Amino acid sequence: MSELVAIFFGMALVNNMVLVKFLGLCPFFGVSKNLSSAFSMGVAVLLVMLVASAVTWPLFHILLVPSGVEFMRTVIFILVIASLVQIIEMAIKRTNLTLYNALGIYLPLITTNCAVLGITFINIDNEYSFLGSIAAALGAGAGFTLVLVIMSGIRERLDLADTPKVFRGAPIAFIIAGLLGLAFLAFGGMVG
Amino acid sequence: MSSFVKNLTNGIVRSNPTFILLLGLCPTLAVSTSLDNAVGMTGAVLFVLLTANVIVSLLRRWIPNRVRIPTFIVIIATLVTIVDLALQGFAWSLSQSLGMYIPLIVVNCIILGRAEAFASRNNVRQSVADAIGMSIGFGVAILLISLVRQLLGTGSLEVFSIRLFSVPGLADNPASIFLLPMGAFFVIGILLALFRWMGVSECE
Repeated sequence: MSELVAIFFGMALVNNMVLVKFLGLCPFFGVSKNLSSAFSMGVAVLLVMLVASAVTWPLFHILLVPSGVEFMRTVIFILVIASLVQIIEMAIKRTNLTLYNALGIYLPLITTNCAVLGITFINIDNEYSFLGSIAAALGAGAGFTLVLVIMSGIRERLDLADTPKVFRGAPIAFIIAGLLGLAFLAFGGMVG
Repeated sequence: MSSFVKNLTNGIVRSNPTFILLLGLCPTLAVSTSLDNAVGMTGAVLFVLLTANVIVSLLRRWIPNRVRIPTFIVIIATLVTIVDLALQGFAWSLSQSLGMYIPLIVVNCIILGRAEAFASRNNVRQSVADAIGMSIGFGVAILLISLVRQLLGTGSLEVFSIRLFSVPGLADNPASIFLLPMGAFFVIGILLALFRWMGVSECE
């Protein structure tokens, strides 16, 4: 159990998807302009990461490894993720229209979000168990949401600030991401 | 010929994928810690982008519109697997230091974006020009970022173990923050602002 907790916090804070592994930068800069859409995007990514890890881990260890075709994982994983995103989108549309209206437009974008494909590779490369993969996916998703929400909060305030003209928009967002990364460095020694 | 040159130069300056369009940032920032990595990543992207553009452009009349995105993804994923295996076979140390960012080229927005926005609408010749231009644009950007990071982070410049020069003083006490992930954010943020200040790109 303590191992799972270590994986969760390690993925969420120490090896943060956005700030340390540079995965999911497109939504990080694209959707972090206001708080509510940032939160919705984060939750949508968390959901897809969780389902993708739960599906790709058994697929890799039960199907690809015994057949000796581990090199096919790139092709298989991206197809699985693309179909999962479609299925999740349809399922949410049928069951919960409010949730669909909140997350709907972000779901198709997630197929090409490197954070989702990234977490499935990390699960395999780090040789996590099935439960470990689930913990890693939850941690990565939570860390992604956390950073996205912090970033959107900062950017909402930044709109009112007097930023030098050449730094407005993307450049200052990168600098802030760097400062956030420095702050997250403090979590470094927390989990082994 | 003129449209060939125009499509070629388009990706280098006017719609530079990294500095103007801000696409495909994940590999650019993640592997730009050394010039070796930058050269390796540029080669991988050039191969995948060029081949994907040619294949998509050749097949553009036969790919049904409704399933075009999955088709593009399968084509790109196959090419990326080829690059991944080739690097593991012929350049093991490079493959180790690029790590999972090689398979992640699949979800690099530049490649899918060019297949969708350019190669599926233009002939092979123009698609080749577009792919080469975009790859050069990507290469210039990642080389520039890794040049700054390596120079400030280690105090010297090295390409494939050949030491070009080292800065006296800085080499003994390098600003190693630039090799840490946050260094990449600072470098690209300041470069973007610098390009706007020089008038290469426009302010918001």
